[in-house]
Amino acid sequence: MMRRLALTLLLLTAGVSAADAERLVVSLSNHRVAVTSSFVGEELVLFGTIEPDQPRAALRPSYDLVVTVRGPRQTLRTRRKERVLGIWVNVDSREFVRVPSYLAILSNRPVEAIGTPDVRRRLQVGLDNYLLPQRIGPDTADTVPDDPFRAAFLRLETQYGLYRQSATSVTFLTPTVFRTAIPLPSNVPTGNYPIDVKLFAGGEMIARTSSALEVRKAGFEQYVADAARDHGLLYGLATSLMALLTGWLASIVFRRD
Amino acid sequence: LQIYLPIADLPVNIFLVLGMGIAVGFISGMFGIGGGFLMTPLLIFIGISPAVAVASVASHISASSFSGVITYWRKRALDVALAMMLLSAGILGTFAGVWLFTLLRAMDQLDLVIGLSYVTLLTLVGGMMIWESVRAELRTRRGMPATLRRPGSHNWVHGLPLKMRFKRSKIYVSAIPVWGIGFSIGFIGAILGIGGGFLLVPMLIYFLRVPTATVIGTSMVLTLITMASATVMHAVTNHLVDAVLALILMVGGVIGAQFGVRTGQRMRGERLRLLLGLLVFAVGLRFAFALVVKPDDLFSLRAVGAE
Repeated sequence: MMRRLALTLLLLTAGVSAADAERLVVSLSNHRVAVTSSFVGEELVLFGTIEPDQPRAALRPSYDLVVTVRGPRQTLRTRRKERVLGIWVNVDSREFVRVPSYLAILSNRPVEAIGTPDVRRRLQVGLDNYLLPQRIGPDTADTVPDDPFRAAFLRLETQYGLYRQSATSVTFLTPTVFRTAIPLPSNVPTGNYPIDVKLFAGGEMIARTSSALEVRKAGFEQYVADAARDHGLLYGLATSLMALLTGWLASIVFRRD
Repeated sequence: LQIYLPIADLPVNIFLVLGMGIAVGFISGMFGIGGGFLMTPLLIFIGISPAVAVASVASHISASSFSGVITYWRKRALDVALAMMLLSAGILGTFAGVWLFTLLRAMDQLDLVIGLSYVTLLTLVGGMMIWESVRAELRTRRGMPATLRRPGSHNWVHGLPLKMRFKRSKIYVSAIPVWGIGFSIGFIGAILGIGGGFLLVPMLIYFLRVPTATVIGTSMVLTLITMASATVMHAVTNHLVDAVLALILMVGGVIGAQFGVRTGQRMRGERLRLLLGLLVFAVGLRFAFALVVKPDDLFSLRAVGAE
């Protein structure tokens, strides 16, 4: 009973403190990305405005915006090669547990200028502050940003175009209207992509909203991928049969006797 | 023209892959081999993961060997009994190979084992072929017959028990080396994504003394069945067979093979073996180079599980 009362009070005060704040309204050009046989990547556009929570509330002169797009979680192993007996062999590896398979941190200016290091760490603003837990013994924990495996992981993911941090992606069309392009490369994993939009002013986060997009294989691509995953045996038999058919057709077409 | 591969999860240029199929098909038709040892590295080179490449090439080889088998069947140039004996062990070898493939992938050592095996196998077999054909070439220069007749050439293999008679090939040998060869070809094929034709043909000739008339046809039957079953097993255990990729490769492969066969028939046997030896050796060196030279990036990533 007491707890519920406290909760109600908390909500009330939150409502009051939010009354003189800003509100974020965002819209995505497309919520569903279909991976078809002609898919070579796509760019989505996120539009948004900053609105006063109450009609006559004043707006601040300038805002900063950070958009974080995260792909479905995935566990990856980062391996390091070393020379053993003259050849290069994977000798050491770290497992990155349930980390985003895609991660874009898009802002209107360098994240270092947007918030204090403490704020950035708490809100995971910037690739260096994003939580990337590694398996350490029975536990998982994130390491310092300059850990060689963490750095290599970020570097490789950035090379593949799956992780990116851009300080010029968010453009303010007017002081309160903004747009940003979300680039999805051709190797983008399928699944749900939560989008987190954070509004900053004076180094603090003042508003936050979320959206989502979905990347799905469609049509034939989906059919093949589902068949391979769910009906391995049938799929394998069908592929073998297809091979035999192709071979047989070739021997008919090119018959010379 | 780009096409998105549903299992490899990346778009490829359809003409590039088709061209690779035709080129490898040409070589395979010319030399009577599957060409997996060329195709798998090529696919890896264009960005397809080694595991998907190995699994998909298996079905590509089934297609090209099946068209070969039909041709040799019409010419009655294959020994079904011998092929079946090789096969009974070959299937076991494939099972073992797919199992080890899965294990090595989990241990992050698949790339290394594939690399090392390619280096050893290819440089060894390639070197031997070059050596043999250079000697044959020199003999013809001196006006001697190109190949030495081996009258009643019996080696230790012929001393083994469990002897069987293979009528079509006109040989009488122990079942033990036949099984051994079948097992190792199935095993190697499943791990490396190669049909093993370039290994099987010399093995059949040198160990079992199978005559040239039936050796390629018989080898193709074995390649066909081991590769078709490797396709099914890879599909069941690793879910990594890309049917779209395989289809493009197959179509290119069977077309290229037809032109390859015609070119091959116009060449002398020794010259052909020398060329194949050089090719195999060169690919082996390429792999050795990749293992010894410091990689551009010491780090690499591999997915171990999705959400």
